[in-house]
Amino acid sequence: MFQKSRLHGEFFMQGDIACAEGALAAGCRFFGGYPITPASEIAERMAYRLPLLQGVFIQYEDEIASMAGILGASWAGVKSMTATSGPGISLMTENIGLGMMMEAPCVVVNVQRGGPSTGLPTSWAQSDMMQARWGSHGDYGSISLVPNSPQEFFDLTVTAFNFSEKYRLPVFIMADALVGHMTEKVVIPPVEELEIINRKYTNKKTEDYLPYDYGKDLIPDFAKAGDGYRYHTTGLTHDKRGYPDMTFECQNELVPRLVNKIKNHIDDISLTEEYDIEGADVIVISYGITSRTVLPAITMAKKKGIKVGYLRLKTVWPFPEEKIRKLSEKVAGFVVPEMNLGQISLEVERCAHNDSIVKLVPHPGGAIHKFEDVLHAIEEVAHGK
Amino acid sequence: MSELRVKISGFGGQGIILSAFILGKAASIYDQQHSSMTQAYGPEARGGACSSQVVISSDNVEYPLVDTADVLIAMSQEGYDTFLPILKKGGILLYDIDLVEKLQCHKDIIAKGIPATRLAEELGKKIVANIVMLGFAAKQAKIVSPKAMQEAIADSVPRKFTELNMRAFQAGYDYNKEQE
Amino acid sequence: MANNTAQLQEKTHPMEDLLRMDRMPHIWCSGCGLGSAVTAFVEGLKKAGVSYDKTAIVSGIGCTGRVAGYVRLDSYHTTHGRAIPFATGLKLANRDLTVFVFSGDGDLFAIGGNHLIHAARRNVDINVICVNNFIYGMTGGQNAPTTPLGAYSSTAPFGNYEMPFNLVGIAAASGASYVARWTTMHARRLTDSIATAANKKGFCFIEIVSPCATVFARKNGGGTGLDLLKEFQTRSIIDHEADPTQIPLTMDNEIVCGEFVNEDSPTFWENVQAGIKSQLEKFSNWEEMQSNSRKIPHKTIRKYTSSRDS
Repeated sequence: MFQKSRLHGEFFMQGDIACAEGALAAGCRFFGGYPITPASEIAERMAYRLPLLQGVFIQYEDEIASMAGILGASWAGVKSMTATSGPGISLMTENIGLGMMMEAPCVVVNVQRGGPSTGLPTSWAQSDMMQARWGSHGDYGSISLVPNSPQEFFDLTVTAFNFSEKYRLPVFIMADALVGHMTEKVVIPPVEELEIINRKYTNKKTEDYLPYDYGKDLIPDFAKAGDGYRYHTTGLTHDKRGYPDMTFECQNELVPRLVNKIKNHIDDISLTEEYDIEGADVIVISYGITSRTVLPAITMAKKKGIKVGYLRLKTVWPFPEEKIRKLSEKVAGFVVPEMNLGQISLEVERCAHNDSIVKLVPHPGGAIHKFEDVLHAIEEVAHGK
Repeated sequence: MSELRVKISGFGGQGIILSAFILGKAASIYDQQHSSMTQAYGPEARGGACSSQVVISSDNVEYPLVDTADVLIAMSQEGYDTFLPILKKGGILLYDIDLVEKLQCHKDIIAKGIPATRLAEELGKKIVANIVMLGFAAKQAKIVSPKAMQEAIADSVPRKFTELNMRAFQAGYDYNKEQE
Repeated sequence: MANNTAQLQEKTHPMEDLLRMDRMPHIWCSGCGLGSAVTAFVEGLKKAGVSYDKTAIVSGIGCTGRVAGYVRLDSYHTTHGRAIPFATGLKLANRDLTVFVFSGDGDLFAIGGNHLIHAARRNVDINVICVNNFIYGMTGGQNAPTTPLGAYSSTAPFGNYEMPFNLVGIAAASGASYVARWTTMHARRLTDSIATAANKKGFCFIEIVSPCATVFARKNGGGTGLDLLKEFQTRSIIDHEADPTQIPLTMDNEIVCGEFVNEDSPTFWENVQAGIKSQLEKFSNWEEMQSNSRKIPHKTIRKYTSSRDS
């Protein structure tokens, strides 16, 4: 009976549910969470599905516990996930930092809603993008994937698990309430057709194993609890043995490695889609649901004869710095519509060539961009303003 | 690329969300088109009002919201009043004639009424009014093929009510105003 | 002479198999009760006969939080207050592990208090050892949720005016399967309790009343570590029948020790399994229930492209 419980086929499926199915397809067998709109459907689906796959579902007492719990499960060698929205992420951030420091593979889903604070529980925004990058204190590299449809919510959840396993860190999926609550066709391939990456376990003998030793790729091999390695791991700055070491030398080896293990692999991690980039005067850069809602404006601009290209970021963090820099040498400028008051546009500004214009089309969330606003911004950039 | 934008509105409890789900599923799974369904956003979510929307397209749905509708299904006066302005010229309005009584000027649109709730009551269960309406919509607005709609209905309702729902669909599909 | 040195070097610590000797000396002050607590823990594990390879220890932050770093097991030094939910995840994801949480009163009952009562309520199969020294030691003697009324701390310069928690009372009231309290002076009984907990299913809670000579005693006139142990000796009584909710600790009352709760009730995981089993026939037609899927032959699935084709 349990074997039958894997889904594949075509479904008319809500985004949040597609996310849960993506996690299960990727091999997630532990979910710890706390109810919050608009992410609760993920937990509900997991509560229903995980027991049938002999996995563990636990509704914790809060988001702090949920995040700590999935780290614990990760150390038992089980792929784990939590799903929440902005206020929950705010509570999770300390333990997200612990996950970064301990290098625990797991996935954190943020179905973004309007903020700050309780904000707009049932409506959407993209205003947690910087929080995903810088939310927890200290320096660390991080990965954030942004889906724009239920299908992609499924696909990128699988990818998020793969990245988390490969690079050993909590990976964010930055969905939003519109994608989470939208129902569309979702194609779930048979599990054997999915590319699934699992963390690299050490093959060293117990006496030779150093839990935080690393090779060229800067990623330590994993050993799970109960394997007999009996090693220490801590949120303190630690040496290759995992022992606390409060020296500058140790900090200077560990923290840059946490940043560089992501930075050095940006070509693998950075997922983008480009259309009509060649010969474009203006490039619209968007991500998540905004990448769909601005399409009518792009069509209108094209009708007016403006050469508009379009770059969609499926991976927002690490930010494709080099790509933006190169593009900026060829175009008059960029238009960045996002459902916040300027977050990723700042990154575009940082990376773009000095002469190129970067125009933010802000939106506080709760509705979608007016076509005219986006069109107007495209026109302005096209005319060099 | 052809695209059809459908708004469905009514009260909570009428199965407004379910009918949008069935419609979307009929289009994307059984008619092999693409569809995107979103629900109850905006000020209309207040009180007992409820609405949902489906975009049906021959290609991937780019823009998932319904700002202007090709088809408006109104199962309440409030839904009718709120969403009639977004129905575009030449668009089709389908409404329950017992629940939407105060009609505005229907210039430039095609308006078709059906006593969906009353027909459902005659079938034995008021709850299937939404399915009656889907049958009516399949015929009058041709939003999806009747076969796809039937399959999607069978797929989405509890099995012991399949037959009732099929009769409800048929009642809506066969309804002809001139008969009244 | 040379011969003597060689003999000394060959001598190994009796607990070397469970302590990380390469991390000695530890950071704890002389006179601290943590050495005794760790000794009792190591002896307790030996006595319990559990596999060391299958035993994990999780700590939070604070003086006691450092225990995980010194014990040669799979050990996790987590964030402040969050050892219990971490341990819960670890245990549920690998039910073959014996999981201990070893942390202090501030970590487990102030910042982590909510997790403790919920883990006890769920009866998750983990063992929580709480070393209660009545104060925040590592950060310099601030008030704890256990600081007795009237006691001085660096954030209670006029004496503590907050009512303290009675830890065993909270654990018992929250549904723990096993609740005991000992002082660091009760080395043998504490060891036995730890061995019992290691082999007992359900949520086990052991409070270890421990001296803090450096901070608590200095502020409250308790003397040296040895003086404090003597005080424990005179003040403590053993009463297994005591109602754990009625034995709070003050500055000078009796320290009632004992095994107050030792029950067998279904654990979280047992309840999960029983719940699913009772519903199994509901799920026998699971595929049918997922009928929003239309079964389509494998090769006809079209690859979806999520963005527009321009």
